[in-house]
Amino acid sequence: MSTMVTSPPDRQTPPQPEPARAARRRRSGAARRAAVGALYATPTAVMVGLFFVVPLLLVGWMSLHRWPLLGQPTLNLPDNYTGIADNTLVRSAVWFTLKYTVVMTVLLFVVAFGLALLVQHRRPGVGFFRTAFFLPMTVGFASASLLFLGLLSDEIGPVNDLLSAVGLIDGYVSWTSGSPDTALGSAVLLVLWRFAGFNMLILLTGLQAIPPEVYEAARIDGASRWQTFRRITLPLMRSSIALVLTLMVTGSLLAFDQFWILTRGGPDNSTTSLVMVIYREAFVRLDLGSAAGISVALLAVLLVFNIIQLGVLRRRSH
Amino acid sequence: MPGSKTTSRWGYYVTGTALAILFLFPLLWSGWASLRTPSGFGLENYDRLFSSDGGVRPYHVLNSVLVSTMTVGGTLFVATLGGYAFGRFRFPGRDVLFLLTLAILMVPYATILIALYVLLGWIGLEDSLLGLSLVLIMFQLPFSIFMMRNSFEAVPKELEESAQVDGCNSFGALTRILLPAVRPGLVTVGLFAFLTSWSEFFAPLILLNSTDRFTTTLAVVNMRTASHGSIDYAALEAGVVFMAVPCLILFAFMQRSYVRGFTSGALKG
Repeated sequence: MSTMVTSPPDRQTPPQPEPARAARRRRSGAARRAAVGALYATPTAVMVGLFFVVPLLLVGWMSLHRWPLLGQPTLNLPDNYTGIADNTLVRSAVWFTLKYTVVMTVLLFVVAFGLALLVQHRRPGVGFFRTAFFLPMTVGFASASLLFLGLLSDEIGPVNDLLSAVGLIDGYVSWTSGSPDTALGSAVLLVLWRFAGFNMLILLTGLQAIPPEVYEAARIDGASRWQTFRRITLPLMRSSIALVLTLMVTGSLLAFDQFWILTRGGPDNSTTSLVMVIYREAFVRLDLGSAAGISVALLAVLLVFNIIQLGVLRRRSH
Repeated sequence: MPGSKTTSRWGYYVTGTALAILFLFPLLWSGWASLRTPSGFGLENYDRLFSSDGGVRPYHVLNSVLVSTMTVGGTLFVATLGGYAFGRFRFPGRDVLFLLTLAILMVPYATILIALYVLLGWIGLEDSLLGLSLVLIMFQLPFSIFMMRNSFEAVPKELEESAQVDGCNSFGALTRILLPAVRPGLVTVGLFAFLTSWSEFFAPLILLNSTDRFTTTLAVVNMRTASHGSIDYAALEAGVVFMAVPCLILFAFMQRSYVRGFTSGALKG
């Protein structure tokens, strides 16, 4: 951070006889340059202040109030927070979101790591494979959800025909709305398809940062493939692994598009995630205060999670 | 490299090809399904996408183009000046502001969108494309400013100093000398801003109320959520293809900077 910044105007100044005058000139040059720098940073400061810091404070302030969509807010501390515990939909959404986060993180990590191991070496065709796995990431998440809605549908989707042709199912299964399990499975499949390649890429960067000599040494020592993987690959990839796990956990705790579009939270609210509840409180029940309360609680959980994760990462890397 | 001898080439190609087919299949299928009609192949599904009640209207597409343009332009403007300031200058509050910008990453936007909705109402930008774009720019900033700061830091200091010796002020040096030098960073930042704003769903869903301000994504999703019972799946797939094609074309042209942007932003950010 402190590498650059000399004051260029001084360079053009011819050497001054009196050192005091030179120092004064340098000081005023530095002050001018600081002012210019601050000027360039002004748009950033305005954007960050107005659209990040203010809303962050505002969501906390809102959570202390009864805040109808239309009309005057009134202080009602701590009703929005106590309301969270009484709200049965919130309770079921918390459990569902946690369950989804665990299932999703484990599966996505295994698949993404498998893909990264498959395409780690330069071989003929590897570029095609990498691109094929990454390509779903270019489709917007909402579009991908709509894509899967059609793909898994009874009407135009090929999945039921394929599965009954090979004898895995008889009769049609309504994948996205038939049962809580198939609805969850549909969303998991969609997220695996869209995000596996992205996480593969991060893990691939980590894999390729391991010096080949380390593997060479392990081979000379007679280490088996499994030993090499456990003792060398995994420890040396700790920071990439920590990064993808954080992204996966955070992303899953905030799941919205996949359930809003693919399962509509059903059947019977069985796939209603926490962020869907926030939306519902605000724009269906028109209670922004309650939505803010849940938001703040979710934000607190995520911050604690992030701080723990940073702490673990920092301690281990020493 | 572990196991490069023991992994059989056949295993690699069979697994790789099978998985590649699995990953490409949904994309190919949606293109096929969007063109398939009861009588064979044609553009009927696209006709219904653009003409049915509650379908996509030309102004929805225009809205998306406007939001993306404002977001890309605004992000490039703020991030270029900000990256220049953070990468080349020292001023009071610099480190605090930089950390605050990166802190946006720690606060997922789903948790503050309710407050942004209220805030935009206060400043008269409720239900507006400009308000939506400003919010999208803000969420784009951590990655963009980080990227631009690193780009500026990588430019040799002498380049800027020589421009100033030649009589340019810092703004002249920025526009004439530095911008061409940081072009790869600008391309990556602009590309990401476009792809995010083009396909963003949750922020427009919350911040836009009237259907004539909907973006295309919102209009297509609305065809699903507004339907009671029967969903026109084929028209939805046409919508998916319509939304995805610009992204796929951009990806084809800029695969390198796209992929590099993802990994560098992800790993260092």
